[in-house]
Amino acid sequence: MTTVRISDDALALACGADVIAEAFVAAGCTVERVSSWGMHWLEPLVEIDGSGWGPTGVDDVAAILAKTSDLSIGTIADHPFIAAQQRLTFARAGKTRPLSLDDYAATGGWAGLKRARMLASPDLIAEVIQSGLRGRGGAGFPAGIKWQTVAAAPGTRKYIVCNADEGDSGTFADRMLMEGDPFHLIEGMAIAAHAVGAAQGYIYVRSEYPHAIAKLKAALVLAEALIAPFRCEVRVGAGAYVCGEETSLLNSLEGKRGEVRAKPPLPAHQGLFGQPTVINNVLTLAAVPHILLEGGAAHYDSHGILRSKGTMPIQLAGNIKHGGLFETAFGITLRELIYDIGGGTFSGRPVKAVQVGGPLGAYLHPDQFDIVFDYEAYSAADALIGHGGIVVFDDTADMGKLARFAMEFCAAESCGKCTPCRIGSTRGVELIDRIRGRAQTSADPVAALPQMHNAAKHLRTHDENLQLLEDLCETMQYGSLCALGGFTPYPVRSALKHWPEDFGASS
Amino acid sequence: MTGEERLTEICAAHRGREGPLLPILHDVQSAFGCVDPAAERVIANALNLSRAEVHGVVSFYHDFTAEADPRPAIELCRAEACQARGVEALVEAAEHAAGERVRIKTVYCLGLCSAGPAARIGSQLHARLDRAALLELVQSA
Repeated sequence: MTTVRISDDALALACGADVIAEAFVAAGCTVERVSSWGMHWLEPLVEIDGSGWGPTGVDDVAAILAKTSDLSIGTIADHPFIAAQQRLTFARAGKTRPLSLDDYAATGGWAGLKRARMLASPDLIAEVIQSGLRGRGGAGFPAGIKWQTVAAAPGTRKYIVCNADEGDSGTFADRMLMEGDPFHLIEGMAIAAHAVGAAQGYIYVRSEYPHAIAKLKAALVLAEALIAPFRCEVRVGAGAYVCGEETSLLNSLEGKRGEVRAKPPLPAHQGLFGQPTVINNVLTLAAVPHILLEGGAAHYDSHGILRSKGTMPIQLAGNIKHGGLFETAFGITLRELIYDIGGGTFSGRPVKAVQVGGPLGAYLHPDQFDIVFDYEAYSAADALIGHGGIVVFDDTADMGKLARFAMEFCAAESCGKCTPCRIGSTRGVELIDRIRGRAQTSADPVAALPQMHNAAKHLRTHDENLQLLEDLCETMQYGSLCALGGFTPYPVRSALKHWPEDFGASS
Repeated sequence: MTGEERLTEICAAHRGREGPLLPILHDVQSAFGCVDPAAERVIANALNLSRAEVHGVVSFYHDFTAEADPRPAIELCRAEACQARGVEALVEAAEHAAGERVRIKTVYCLGLCSAGPAARIGSQLHARLDRAALLELVQSA
């Protein structure tokens, strides 16, 4: 009997994978639901004996079984999109059934945890430091140093918290890992728990990911005995983007409003319920089992460039022909990612802009596409890697509108704790509207009061409005408590710098 | 079972957990379609919190609502990646077709960014939406 492998990843389901699977069952095949290879433009992807067909519809089933379908992509593992990758974190993508403990163990699962448990805490942490692993959530803080701090912090209880509140547009690596390889994340958390002496872990998943929540809950039941005495629980977010910020996430876990906390104290010293807490992103924790293999730390360190070590699961999204998950060592250029791997835009039109790092990331102009994927190179260009999401826009994009959207998004999602973010984002929307509409607004009655010595008494000109927007961005960038208000100026300023014509500069 | 009994039961089910408020609110929202002031009072009593504290949490998160909305809801992603794939051009037609019968709710990101525009109805996901496909979703909702 033919065995057909079809993904049960949320994206494959959204593209109709269930219907295809049913059709193959009706045709007398055995269907195995596996994780996704990450070639999203080919979903639903059908695999028989290593060969692939996609994107498939119900009508293609007969032709695929007769091997006459023109949707064939040949051997999946040899596909250029897959062959060009260096998959460490996503080594199992497309190859295993997500909730099969047998599949997981047969592909090297639990080996990292087994070896970690034979190591003393300082030796284990030394290996994580040696690997050069940095936090994959966006800030890029060395993971080993964070663990060391928690291990050394005095406390009766310690916690491992996994930040799976993947709210950035253009990112889906956390979702794919949780749905496709949940045991891998759990193993990483169990290793972290052993390293710092924590007994309890929480995975905070956003409510927009019901499939990931279900998979993780099922996986935790199956793995309960294997990770004991460590216990772990899934907690579901409630639609607040700001809860991806670590201190806000901790407040949310405690059952409070998801407001950002001032730092210090760092979560490593006083985190969840005031106890020392390791809080890491899904991808950071999922990189750990590989690092803890014999020689794994040195292998991980051998990838990447300068201070950006290891591999990054990069997510190609938006208006791109070949979108999906591309894990590779740091050092690849944006040009290679967008044109050689991504195949340019999905619409076939020229690329106008690329946003890297989610809604708070800068818009990069095609002139900047030689920038290499590296934390420091991006921050030198006033941009950020963030969570590794790349959103491509074609030449129909209105950058002024996108800059406005960045402010609008910040206003909608601000936790309200600090003034630059709460008020600044709303004033930013109004200001961009004035700049773009060139609307003749009457002089502000408050600004006209005699005690407002510094306020302009006349109607601001276009240039004065732009200067005001610059000032506002600076206030938000340096005056906000967290990255939401602090990084919202990145998309705004970059759009203003590279595409002034979209703000009405040419007229 | 009365509403209050059901609420007490939900609160009791989460007793002993660390930070039980959000799990309780999720269960209440899914059982009643909302977390109204009466429910806030019961939850506050059960957790020994003030009503203001519970209300503060309920009003902070987008997922909790003070009033139930019985209409079917389509959550349409309008974040950057879906904008890049043209979701904005579909919004007006979808809202027109939805009228008062269906609620079109904006969400920011369903994690299907390489295959947008995307939408969600409950746990049912839909990707690569064009005008016709989205209108069909609205009509069959």
